[in-house]
Amino acid sequence: MSQEMNPSEVHNEHPTAGLYFRIAMILSVVTAIEVGIFYLTWLGYWIIPILFVLSAGKFALVAMYYMHLKFDHKLFSLMFVGGFVLATSVIFALIFLFQVWL
Amino acid sequence: MAQEHIATADHGEHEATTTGLNHRKMLMWAFLGSDCMFFGSLIATYLVYQGKSLSGPLPIDVFDIPVTSVSTFVLLMSSMSMVLAYSALNRGNMKAFRIWMVSTAIMGSTFIGFQVYEFSSFSTHHIHFECSEVAEKIEHGEYVKAGHNHFYQKECLDQNGILKADHHVDEEYGLKPQTNLFGTTFFTLTGFHGAHVTLGVVWLLSIFFLSFKKGVITREKNLDVDLAALYWHFVDVVWIVIFTVVYLFGVFEGF
Repeated sequence: MSQEMNPSEVHNEHPTAGLYFRIAMILSVVTAIEVGIFYLTWLGYWIIPILFVLSAGKFALVAMYYMHLKFDHKLFSLMFVGGFVLATSVIFALIFLFQVWL
Repeated sequence: MAQEHIATADHGEHEATTTGLNHRKMLMWAFLGSDCMFFGSLIATYLVYQGKSLSGPLPIDVFDIPVTSVSTFVLLMSSMSMVLAYSALNRGNMKAFRIWMVSTAIMGSTFIGFQVYEFSSFSTHHIHFECSEVAEKIEHGEYVKAGHNHFYQKECLDQNGILKADHHVDEEYGLKPQTNLFGTTFFTLTGFHGAHVTLGVVWLLSIFFLSFKKGVITREKNLDVDLAALYWHFVDVVWIVIFTVVYLFGVFEGF
């Protein structure tokens, strides 16, 4: 185990426990909304973009606040977002290549 | 960056780096970036083979959204307890830190428990219905699950296509990795995620026990906890994507 100090903790202000709790509540409510929306069959295909946006919002909240990307060095964000963008590109490239919805 | 470099050197805790950033933390972010691509390829494979299975069961036959919603909630809450553990450590409150760490590990284990239950129920899934009920649905143009339709055609109609009104269907319709393309891609994706969570639980418990050793985990030496927390939140964000793309989209009739 390391005996190292965490440099990012020395200089950056991190959110309070209260904010972490509020974010957890938002994540729970958004998940409940996702499950609720799923049962609204009259939404038809609109369900896909709606769930996509809600899911992206949850992802961003966890990455920015819980993983501290909002407060840490930008290079960390670049490394993670770089991998994420590549992964997303691979998903969409394969979807179009294999014409999944045709 | 420059400030961090100076601060690092001042504390004399570890060697100065060219970026001024801690190498271990940099490595963790590089790993998480690469793990994004790993899960991205598994999700892409799942989506590409979505609806391409030649036989059932299909997602709509086996998924139980309320159960998976509860396990998703548990994993989200474990992320909160993880971040509260880290926050407690930064305040120097070791008692709260240990409580939150154990809570996180328990919730992680609970999530794994849900996954074991889910995998087990999928593999032993049974399909049972009254032929007359399905016939009524078909007559009214209502949606009939793929599995129900399969056994309806097979067992509810006689050689002349006449409905056996009193017939009852009760058949094993389990999903295993070798059953069809859905089973293979689903178990590979969620199985790898489950393995990540299991590793995370072991990591968290290791830190919890090490925290009793004097001077190993302290307010000043919090990097090990920070790295474990990053990993834990990562498995959470991956599940956020899996829950939407695999589970919710999977049982959506038009998908």
